[in-house]
Amino acid sequence: MKAEEINKLYFGDVDKPVRTLDRRDFIKKLGGGLIIVFSLSSLAFKSSKEDDHDKRSDDASDLNAYLRIREDGKVDCLTGKIEMGQGIITSLAQVLSEELEIPLEDINMVMGDTDLCPYDAGTWGSLTTRFFDPLLRAAAAEAKVELILLAAKELKVDADKLQTKDGFVVVKSDSKKRISYSDLTKGKKIVKTVSTAPVLKKPSEFRTIGKPIISTDAINKVTGKAKYSADIQLPGMLYASIKRPPAHGATIKTINTIRANEYEGATVIHEGELVAVLHENPLIAEEAAVKIKAEYDIPESKADDKTIFEHVLKTAGFWKNTEEKGDADKAFESAQFKFDRSYYDGYKAHASIETHTATATFEGDKLVMWVSTQTPFGTRKDVAETLKMPIEKVHIKQIFIGGGFGGKIYNQQAIECAQLAKLSGKPVQVAWTRREEFMYDMFRPAAVMKIKSGVNKEGKISAWNYSIYGAGPRGTQDFYNVADLKTGIWGNPDHPFGTGAWRAPGNNSTTFARESHIDIMANEIGMDPVEFRLKNIVDDQIKAAVNLACKTFGYKSAKTGKNRGCGMAIGLDAGTIVVLIAEVEVNPSNGKVTPLRMVCAQDMGQVVNPHGATVQTEGGLTMGLGYALWEDIEFNWGEVKTRNFDTYEITKFTTTPPIECVFTDDMETPPQGGGEPAIITVGGAIANAVFHASGARVNQMPITPERILNSLE
Amino acid sequence: MEKIAFTLNNKPIEIEVDANDILLTVLRSKLGFTGTKYGCGIGYCGACTILVNGEAMRSCTMAVSEIAGQQVTTIEGLAIGDDLHPVQQSFVMNDAQQCGFCTPGMIMNAVGLLNDNPNPSREEIVKGMNDNLCRCGSYNRIADAVESAAKSMNGGTK
Repeated sequence: MKAEEINKLYFGDVDKPVRTLDRRDFIKKLGGGLIIVFSLSSLAFKSSKEDDHDKRSDDASDLNAYLRIREDGKVDCLTGKIEMGQGIITSLAQVLSEELEIPLEDINMVMGDTDLCPYDAGTWGSLTTRFFDPLLRAAAAEAKVELILLAAKELKVDADKLQTKDGFVVVKSDSKKRISYSDLTKGKKIVKTVSTAPVLKKPSEFRTIGKPIISTDAINKVTGKAKYSADIQLPGMLYASIKRPPAHGATIKTINTIRANEYEGATVIHEGELVAVLHENPLIAEEAAVKIKAEYDIPESKADDKTIFEHVLKTAGFWKNTEEKGDADKAFESAQFKFDRSYYDGYKAHASIETHTATATFEGDKLVMWVSTQTPFGTRKDVAETLKMPIEKVHIKQIFIGGGFGGKIYNQQAIECAQLAKLSGKPVQVAWTRREEFMYDMFRPAAVMKIKSGVNKEGKISAWNYSIYGAGPRGTQDFYNVADLKTGIWGNPDHPFGTGAWRAPGNNSTTFARESHIDIMANEIGMDPVEFRLKNIVDDQIKAAVNLACKTFGYKSAKTGKNRGCGMAIGLDAGTIVVLIAEVEVNPSNGKVTPLRMVCAQDMGQVVNPHGATVQTEGGLTMGLGYALWEDIEFNWGEVKTRNFDTYEITKFTTTPPIECVFTDDMETPPQGGGEPAIITVGGAIANAVFHASGARVNQMPITPERILNSLE
Repeated sequence: MEKIAFTLNNKPIEIEVDANDILLTVLRSKLGFTGTKYGCGIGYCGACTILVNGEAMRSCTMAVSEIAGQQVTTIEGLAIGDDLHPVQQSFVMNDAQQCGFCTPGMIMNAVGLLNDNPNPSREEIVKGMNDNLCRCGSYNRIADAVESAAKSMNGGTK
């Protein structure tokens, strides 16, 4: 799509009254053409590797996306999913282009608009490609069948003598006899529901799937035309500056807003705990908000960043054993070599460069919003409930999202913005400052993992007793083929502030623990860690990925040079197998770690857009170095002290090593997750690399110089 | 309030502002140039990078009075019509953006870097770009993009 077209599609009616679409009869109100409707529940095309964890993702009873071949032959793909940098605006169009036989540039992606798009629970869990690719392809195949039937009538040729190509239905024996999709759909309105599995193209017939494609939204992004929530500027709009308490859980004791009221044009809002200044100049709003004087009751501190792990262990409640085979306790007692270790992972911020933002305006009795959210439909519901409005009176519109990583599933800022728009009667924008972003992030939770394991001298793991406090079970299913095993989950520890999903929730913490522990066992019995892994793994696909990683890396041994070493970690997430080998150098005098190289092999089934999958993997690995080595939140209970990038160190240009991504060639199996999986392996691979480079075994992330030096003492 | 005159994307402009107003806010909310982004507000992440007389500067910590009489370029002023600047072109070809939010600042910083040093080594690119943050982790692709832009510009910077 051309930049202006995208802008027209997204923002064409910013300044005009917004059209109201009632979702219950959206089909009636759509224009003409051929419309394909499909629902997750009616189809059995789901990924074969999905696990229970992922089933919550979509409401199976709802219509889930649809496509429409317009009367001009262009195709609208309407989906409740959103684009936040993960590239589905390109890969979904690519899939449609393939199956429907139309040029990529003829596809309009309409995403995350709660009036135009059917319900979607949220963009998370690396689900889009796994769930929507098969569905979109099915819808496209259904549309093709319908187009061929229409063409058979028009051309007076039997349907089986026709095929589709580049937006035309063509007579197989005479390619000059053809009719375009637009000629077939003009003046018609046909609605088809996909109910049975249609015949899809075979991988050997693919012309577009599997080909690297440059992102279709790139031009908008490099020219500054791509609009994010804060870029929406409405006539008469007021910017909000919210007076924040010093700590989570603090409540207002006394408040004085008189000095804020002295600013000309300032609207001061005080409704319960929500205190804000609104002004058409954001700088004045900010200045006036500083003048509000308030005293707070602050809850007593129960823990800080030093003592939090004891608190997590004390307050987490036992949930269930998620996996149990044989007798793990007995096997541990009788093991030849015993290992009993604990691993720790602190809170991590999502730290998207775009802070949480929302812009809202009332159009009559309808509230229209542009929100930096991964969950437009959830946001709509939350806003409607807060303002006690009917849900159909809230419209969340399509917008680019400046990074999410799980952090934009939660939308406190949208609720604040909606409340302020209602109370002030004016269009309002709430754009959190970076300080607010760090305060109100829904952090990746602090977690403790305890592993008691046994191994014999041949290198066979004989016992595995895995206790997880606060990280959950995602990705913890055993693939080391241990006969006597138990994995127990303790959940809901008492956190000082909000916690939530962070790119591959829980799996970063638990993969770090498991893969560190595997490395420790291999080392203690004097076996190469890769050989040790291959000795215990039975799954051929995982073995193949390990071998591919080793071959690509040129793996010989874990020690790679003076002060240098490499480490491996294997992880499973969202149906994808990830194997990472990371090489680092550790300065023995100051403990500084320099990442030198990362090689990542993945089995993600069919790779729709190898280019996009590579970009996602590189991004995940780069981001992952941050949590492994530097990112840490300092706090005293609800008072978050790390409030900006000067103290929250994320990966930078100079700390990103060369990264190589390879995929096992598996075009015949359904596509699996791509946005999240790779990142889970970074902590373990780096911890192991640091050990082999320096001899320091650090059992807590981030793996800081201080912890490395302590371990070496 | 006072009048401040400067050149914005090659057009002379005069605005009435408080001299201490933050340049980023003025560009975005008063002048509607929203391509320049807010990231941290302390000049640390580089999302707000613009060019002042061809040099990359942080607009989030700059008072508007500092640009009186100066040439200011934002991301909107880089392309000429539909013709992208070589650095923009190179970002597209290298897929150097994911969410795209840090991208305008990255591109402006890269153009400033190449104005200053038209033939940088890889190491000089990495060091020169190091104060711009990207949470999606596109650093290697961005460095590739800057490198290939430098080559395509062949020592010419404008």
